[in-house]
Amino acid sequence: MSGALAGVRVIELAHERTSFAGKLLADMGADVIVVEPPGGHATRAYDPFLEDRPGAERSLYWWHYNTSKRGVTARMDAPRGRELVARLAAGADVLLEGEDPGQLVSLGIDLAALRAGNERLISVSITPFGPSGPRSAEQATDLTLLASGGPVWSCGYDDHSLPPVRGGGNQAFHTGAHYAVISLLVALLAREESGRGQHVDVNLHAAANVTTEAGSYHYLVDQSIVQRQTGRHAMPMAGPPSQARCADGRHANTGVGLRSPRDYAALAEWLDSAGLAEDFPSMDALREAAARDSIDAMRARNDPELRHLIQAGRAALTFLSEQLPAYELFVGAQQRGIPIGVIYSPEEALDDPHHRARGFAVQVEHEELGRTYTYPGAPYRFDRTAWKIQRRAPHVGEHNAEVWGSLGVSDEELDTLREQGVV
Amino acid sequence: MPGGALARFRICDFGGVLAGAGATRILSAFGAQVIRIEDPSNQGRWDVIRGAPPHKDGKPGLERGGGFNNHNAQKLGITLNLKSERGKQLFRQLVSVSDAVSENFAAGVMARLGFDYERLRAARDDIVYVSNCGFGHSGPYASFKSWGPIVQAMSGLTFTSGLRDQPPAGWGYSYMDHTGAYYMAMALLMALYHRERTGEGQWIDLAMTEAGTTLNGPALLDYTVNGRPLRREGMPHSNRSQWPRMAPHGIYPAQGEDAWVAIACRDDADWTALAKVVGEEWTGEGRFADLDGRIASEDSLDEQLAGWTRRSDKFALQARLQAAGVPAAAVQTPPERVDHDANTRAWGLWPEVTHPVIGKQRIDGLPVHLSETDWDFSHGGPLLGQHNEQIYGELLGLDAAEIAALRDEGVI
Repeated sequence: MSGALAGVRVIELAHERTSFAGKLLADMGADVIVVEPPGGHATRAYDPFLEDRPGAERSLYWWHYNTSKRGVTARMDAPRGRELVARLAAGADVLLEGEDPGQLVSLGIDLAALRAGNERLISVSITPFGPSGPRSAEQATDLTLLASGGPVWSCGYDDHSLPPVRGGGNQAFHTGAHYAVISLLVALLAREESGRGQHVDVNLHAAANVTTEAGSYHYLVDQSIVQRQTGRHAMPMAGPPSQARCADGRHANTGVGLRSPRDYAALAEWLDSAGLAEDFPSMDALREAAARDSIDAMRARNDPELRHLIQAGRAALTFLSEQLPAYELFVGAQQRGIPIGVIYSPEEALDDPHHRARGFAVQVEHEELGRTYTYPGAPYRFDRTAWKIQRRAPHVGEHNAEVWGSLGVSDEELDTLREQGVV
Repeated sequence: MPGGALARFRICDFGGVLAGAGATRILSAFGAQVIRIEDPSNQGRWDVIRGAPPHKDGKPGLERGGGFNNHNAQKLGITLNLKSERGKQLFRQLVSVSDAVSENFAAGVMARLGFDYERLRAARDDIVYVSNCGFGHSGPYASFKSWGPIVQAMSGLTFTSGLRDQPPAGWGYSYMDHTGAYYMAMALLMALYHRERTGEGQWIDLAMTEAGTTLNGPALLDYTVNGRPLRREGMPHSNRSQWPRMAPHGIYPAQGEDAWVAIACRDDADWTALAKVVGEEWTGEGRFADLDGRIASEDSLDEQLAGWTRRSDKFALQARLQAAGVPAAAVQTPPERVDHDANTRAWGLWPEVTHPVIGKQRIDGLPVHLSETDWDFSHGGPLLGQHNEQIYGELLGLDAAEIAALRDEGVI
C-alpha cells in the first residue's frame, strides 16, 4: 500500500514556514526533498534537543517537522548550487518555499523562470503577508502573526488586566501549512486537466484572519466585537463559565451545559449512584428539571423558576467536577450522553486510552542511535493509502550522493563541491 | 479553467456547523459542485447554526444565520429525508453520479441511516467517503460526543494556551473546527487525486482529537524522547517561546484600554535593535546581553519592557519597532483587522456574497491566491431546499409532478 501522493515529487527549500507543509505531504507518500544550506538549516538549532544537548542531528523540532523527507544541501548563492536546485525543480511537481519576499530573487532564483522551464511545476510561496502587499516588508513570527491576525484578541481570561494569550505550538505556521497543502492539491487536480502548473501564494496573516470563527463573522454581520473569556468562546456578551477545576487539580471543559430534561435526569441518577446526592443542595430542583417536558434556556430570561432549574443543573456539574478527578468526570458524563472533555496536556493526550486503543502513536526507527522513538501518528486514517512516517528526518546532506548523483554529479565532483562549501 | 479547478467534482455533503461545512466551502470556492443535504423533517434545524446569530440588521430567522451563510457560501442546498425508503433510494441515485460523500455526524449515524462505506460503494464503487468526528469510528470513545472546545481540551491544545500560574485560557473559539475542516478538505482532495490516477476510491476516518494532538509535535517528542512532560511547574506559559527559544517574547500593555502589542526578538540582533529603540538604561544591563541571560531574567525583562510599552500607542509601537526590523504587531481587534488593515484589504480577504434573503454580506475569503485557477465566492449559503428542482429535476431527471409528490410526502 503506498500513499495517496506516491509519485509526487516536492522540492522544499528548508524554512520554518514550509517544514510542516512538507511533512504533511511526505507522510502521505510524496517524495519530498528538503534542501538546506551546507551545515544544515537554522531550525536544527531549535529546542528541544535529544537529552537537552544541542546539535544538528539532535533537534526534536527538526525531527518532528521533517519526517519522511529526503535531505540534501546546496548553497543557493553559489552558481553550481543554484544550478543543481534549478535542475531538481525541472523534474519536480511542486516547489515549496517560505523565504521573505524578494529573498529568492536576490539569490538568483526566479520561480517564474523555473515554471517556464517545467510547465508542470507548481510553485508555492508561504510568506507572512503575501509577496508584494503593503505589509510584505514587515518582520513576523508566529506570535506577531497571531496577534495581528485575530486569534490573540479572542484568547485569554475573563480578567482583562491579564494580557490576551497566544495559543502554543506555532499554530500560525500550522494554519499556513494547511492552506498551502489544500491549495497545492487543488493545483495538482487542475493540472490533471490542463497539463500545466501554476503559482500559489499563501499569506500567513490572512490565514490567521480567517481562522477565528465568530471573531470575524460577528463583526462582518452585525459589527459586534467579541471579548475574550476564560476557557470558552469569545463572545460579544459574557457567558457562563465552562471550565472547572477537578478534584485531582486538572481542569475539564464542561461544555455548553445541559440541554434536555434527559440530561438533568442523568445528572440526578449520577449523583445518586455516586452517593453524592445528600451532599448536593439542589437535588430537588434537579429532579424537577428532569420531570419537565423541555428545558429551553432561551426562555429563561423571563422565567425565574426555569432560571433556578438551569442554575441547579450548572451547579450539579460544578459540584461533580469538584468531587471527581477530571478523567472520571469525563467518562461519567460522556457515558450519560453529556459532552465534557478533560483538559489534557499534550503528553496526556498521547497516552489517553482511546488514542492507545486506536494505535495513534507510532514508532520511528533512529538506526543511528540504535533505537526507536514514539511520534504522534496519523491526523486522518485513509483505508487504502495510509498515512505513514516513511523514515526519520534526514541528517544534514544525508541524500546528497543519491539525489545529486541522480542528476549526474559524480562522486568526485561531490567531494569537490563539499570542499568548496557548495553542498 | 471554466468553472474553476474543481468544477468536474460533485460532492454530497452532510457537513454541518463549522467542522464539516468549513471543509467543503473551500472546495466550492474552487468550483466543486457541493450539494449540502439537509433533513426536511425538522425544518432545517439539522444544522444548529442555520438560523443562529449573528443576524444582519438584527432580524432573526432560519434563513438568516450569519455563521451558516459564512460557512456554506457557494454551495447548493437540497432537502432529503434519509429515514424514508424513497429518500434512501434517491440518495443512492445521487451518490451514483457523485465523486465524494462528506459528513461530520457523530460516529455511527451514517451507518444507522443505512450508508456506511460499503453501502455507499454499492451505489458507486469508486466513491470517496470522508467522515469527520471528535473521536473517530473505533475505540472506547467512539460513541462519545464532542465539538470544538472538547476536541481542543482532549488533544492538548487548550492546555498549551495559557499564562503561568493561571488556569488554561484555551482558544477563544473553535480552532479545531476550523482545523478539522482543513484536514477534511486535505483528505477529500488527496483521495480524489489518488482516485483520478488509479480509479480507486476509499474511506477516510478523521478523528479530530487525533488531528489536534499532532499539532503539539515538539512538546510530544520532548516527552517521548526526553521524558519531560509539559504539565510541570511554571508551564505552560504560551506567550513566551520555547521552541525556538526567544526573549523578550510576549504580549505587552500599550496605552489605552485593553490595548496590547506583541514583540518577539528572534536573536541578539533583534534585541540590540529593540534596545536602541527603547533607549533606556536598563537595556544595557549585562544580564540581558545574551539569550541565556535574558531567559534567566525574563520576568524582570518583561516587567521593564512593559513599563516602556505602556506609555505608547500599540500601532505607534508596531511602526517604530518594525522600522528597526524587530517583529512587532499590535493585537488587533476585529474592526482593526477587517476594516483598517492594509494586508487583508489588499488581499481581498473579505469577499461580498449575495444571499437570497440576507442580501449582500461580506464573508471570510481564502488566504491563498492561485495564479491560474483562483477561488471565487459570489453566492451566499443556500436556503433550505433551494436547489431541489435543479438537483432532482435537471440532475436526476425527475419531473415537476414527481418532485411535488416528494415534497408532499416529506421525502424532500
